[in-house]
Amino acid sequence: MTRPDAIVIGAGHNGLVCAAYLARAGLDVLVLEANDAAGGMAAARPLGDGYRVPGLPQCVAPLGRAIRSELELERHGYAPGRPVETIVLDPGSAHLAIGQDRVAGDGLAQADAAAWPGFRRQYLAFAEALRPLIENPPPRLKNLPRGDRMTFAKLGWKLRVGLGREAMYEFLRVVGMNIYDVLNDTFDDERLKAAIAIDAVLGSAMGPRTPGTVLTWLQRLYGELDGAATIHSGNRLVEALTRAVEAAGGRLRCSAPVARILVEDGKASGVQLEDGETIGSGLVVSNVDPRRTFASLVGAPRLDTLFANRVTQIRGKGVVAKLHLALDGLPEFRGLGAAALGNRLLVAPSMRDIERAFNHCKYGECSPEPVLEITLPSIHDPSLAPDGHHVLSVSAAFMPYDLDGGWEAGREAAARAVLARLAQFAPGLEARIVAREFLSPADIEAGYGAVQGHWHHGELSLHQSFMLRPLYGAARYATPVDGLFLCGAGCHPGGGLTGLPGRNAARRILDTGGRP
Amino acid sequence: MSGRDYDAIVIGAGHNGLTNAAFLAKAGLRVLVVEKNEYIGGATVSRELYDGWKYSNCSYVCSLFRPEIYNALDLGRHGLKVVPLTASMTFTQDGDYFGSYSEPNVRRRELMRHSPRDADAAVRFDADVMRWCRLIRGFLLRTPPDPGSLKPRDIFEFAYLLKKFHELSETQICEFIRFFTMSIAEYLENYFENETILAHYSGGSIIGTGLGVYSPGTAYVLLHHAMGDVDGNVGAWGFARGGMGAVSGAIASSFRALGSEIRTGADVEQILVAGRRATGVRLASGEEIRSGIVVSNLDARRTFTRIMDADDVPPALLERARKFKIRGSSGKLNIALDGMPTFPALPGGSPLTLGHMHFTDTLRRLERAYDDWKDDRWSADPYCDFLVPSQYDPTLAPPGKHMATVFVQYCPVEPEGGWTDEKRAAFGQTVIDQVAEYSPDFRDLILHAEIRTPRELEDEVGLTEGNIFQGELTFDQLLFNRPFPGYAQYRGPVRGMYMCGSSTHPGGGVMGAPGANAAREILRDLRRPDTTPAEYPDD
Repeated sequence: MTRPDAIVIGAGHNGLVCAAYLARAGLDVLVLEANDAAGGMAAARPLGDGYRVPGLPQCVAPLGRAIRSELELERHGYAPGRPVETIVLDPGSAHLAIGQDRVAGDGLAQADAAAWPGFRRQYLAFAEALRPLIENPPPRLKNLPRGDRMTFAKLGWKLRVGLGREAMYEFLRVVGMNIYDVLNDTFDDERLKAAIAIDAVLGSAMGPRTPGTVLTWLQRLYGELDGAATIHSGNRLVEALTRAVEAAGGRLRCSAPVARILVEDGKASGVQLEDGETIGSGLVVSNVDPRRTFASLVGAPRLDTLFANRVTQIRGKGVVAKLHLALDGLPEFRGLGAAALGNRLLVAPSMRDIERAFNHCKYGECSPEPVLEITLPSIHDPSLAPDGHHVLSVSAAFMPYDLDGGWEAGREAAARAVLARLAQFAPGLEARIVAREFLSPADIEAGYGAVQGHWHHGELSLHQSFMLRPLYGAARYATPVDGLFLCGAGCHPGGGLTGLPGRNAARRILDTGGRP
Repeated sequence: MSGRDYDAIVIGAGHNGLTNAAFLAKAGLRVLVVEKNEYIGGATVSRELYDGWKYSNCSYVCSLFRPEIYNALDLGRHGLKVVPLTASMTFTQDGDYFGSYSEPNVRRRELMRHSPRDADAAVRFDADVMRWCRLIRGFLLRTPPDPGSLKPRDIFEFAYLLKKFHELSETQICEFIRFFTMSIAEYLENYFENETILAHYSGGSIIGTGLGVYSPGTAYVLLHHAMGDVDGNVGAWGFARGGMGAVSGAIASSFRALGSEIRTGADVEQILVAGRRATGVRLASGEEIRSGIVVSNLDARRTFTRIMDADDVPPALLERARKFKIRGSSGKLNIALDGMPTFPALPGGSPLTLGHMHFTDTLRRLERAYDDWKDDRWSADPYCDFLVPSQYDPTLAPPGKHMATVFVQYCPVEPEGGWTDEKRAAFGQTVIDQVAEYSPDFRDLILHAEIRTPRELEDEVGLTEGNIFQGELTFDQLLFNRPFPGYAQYRGPVRGMYMCGSSTHPGGGVMGAPGANAAREILRDLRRPDTTPAEYPDD
């Protein structure tokens, strides 16, 4: 095997995006993946006999326009799916449907219906103003290079001129707030507020009242600037990215778990696989959770003590479990027609309920009344299930990684709690179940290598954002180890299915010629 | 009456209103302070509600008050004496305690007793917090820049801000951002491991704030309580001799010495405006008092929604005033005691009874107390800051007797179904029971207890929802966002109208800085010489 110019550890979507950019720039890139297929959390996984489910993401915005065109993803078979609405399920069947420009449902106040499109547009404009910060490596805070000065200048321009003075004041007022207060100031309808709040907190150990949740919502909205959210089905995106890597001459090797990143004289010199094989390269890019990259793959002894200590301070505790069901037919949800089942369904009656569900996870308990995000991806991609059959996917919050008594003992009870909650809205569901799978945060950690089962490889809190993500000293993709870079969700601008960390990392690597 | 009765009218005789008025008077203005209550001080008062006892029944310790203002208004000569507090402590549920002494060697020995590792960490922690204190103090007596303005002054002020940060290394800037945005619990966990020590040092960060120890942004509040000076000791706490009323009394005395007046029992109904200019105030009695300058010491929500005509306030500002985060989260008990309660967990003669005493020894208990408040209940196991100031100050209680003050976090603005006398008593009982668990004779020593919920704070003092800081001290409401972006330079929406309360930068606490800063802006607009002090050079 020839010595590659660059090794990318982990074929998650950010690893693939980064590898594709590097390969297109002429580097000989080798992507190493621990699992037997590429895609990481976004990859489809088998369930029972003849079913597949689409990994962890359920309802996400398409990849950004820049990545789609720069990597020619359409040519490789990628197409953003069909936009869906969000339906908040109501115990009394007064469901609420929320689309980009409309919201409708029984008992919805006219004022709320009228306010929603403008509110969303305003926050999309706020998200747009953050573009220079999100689509560039986080700027340094002192001795700024020219590029970073441009980032700040563009940000200032977008805020002051792009938004205009009054909107900028409003942006400054809300950007540090919690979503709870902003929504209570704007809307009356509990269902509508709960649905927006879910977008701000799902995947994070945060409740609607946690300060900083307006920013997490803006980060999610950011994705929707380039296209409405769709139901993730797992295949297309990963296949297109894999093809993009291979078409540019990159290589992908699955079932090749990396045990160590080799460091010689403070420089990365390659990797060692778990079976002992070593592969040399002066450029190693890790898509693995930064905590695992530094603590396990590099090892604290090879790092500066202060830096190693900071690595231990990175926060990111997974609080969302996943339930996958294989069904022998389309389930029935009370008060919801079959045509509506292709949408994203939420079980979250009010922001207060979300906050209460969140309270439990602070103390190592599962919420007795979990908050659910439900999709039926087989409606969008029939290949996931045999004819007439379906798969149902549920993200359930809040279920903490550090469950009291451990997940071995607690798994069944947690799964039952989710099923019981589902049964309140889909009474006949249980009879249709052919196979089921429950992934606790501990299972997510084991299956995807994400430390503590956190989707985003680290909390998206303010103190771990921008130039502090994942930590000071490695926030600009380069690390203290010469030739070792990060490219995963643990980096700026963070998690979700955006590919932006991978793209930003590739740009930094190419700009610096592989030097920090 | 036509013409002007006064050069300036200040609405509200709280400590910031008085400070503001004093600096205006010092510049030669004829100033009138109008106060709705029959007594002055706002939330900085000593009241004799039980014969022979004086209660500081709102604010109760004095550490933030700016020494620059103390000197500039000569408050020492006007009778203000601050006695430093020497300790703080937390009782543990297993019958032990953790004491934080001001004497460094004793403090270290006590830390060692609980965790040798934490004793070392405390050295780093103290140095880091001190660094942030020094940084922040440089901004207290300055007017925040307006990010929407391109005036030279605002650009200069931003440059000053950047320069201050530029004096730090890039690592330190990052550490400061972390400090500014983290939760107190997570921030302390970077230093300490011992549960009791973590809980002890977290407590100060939730006082007065509708946030929990795990809520982002609470680490900064720690600073807000730690940056005070008493006699030049940064971070020290102190009692005003005679209770907190002595602070407002001294400022009022300094102000009166300059020949100005205070009218109590004068409730302002509206700020009068003509031709986009403030022209005076109208009292509830119907009397109108004319002045070209009107300064409101009321909180920002109350100022714009209650005492200004909606037609005089731009709609966007009115909207922001309604959305201003100002939530009550604290209660208070003032207790007359027949003698000094004993605490069996403490060794005899321990100096720890002289300081802050706490009864919450884990972060979980602190966080659960917050969960209760979020659900509009008072905490079943609240965080209490228990003090017996009469140990220092014989003026507060008759000889041999004592006065205790208990600050309680959390207490809801409105429990389900609203406050009733029974509920208030039950709230008080929860607090008394918690103290009694550690002091068996406490209950029997109680002669009288005044129980205060956010409701009483709002009704008596006029603090909206009973928020002690006139608006949450969260990072979205600080600096040029306090009270709202675009209005952080003390000026109101019409000419001649100003704000000087804790709703404005740098926020709450008995600090006096908002009052002084507002005075500086007013004098600037009048082209009068600035009588307010600049921050004093760092030690």
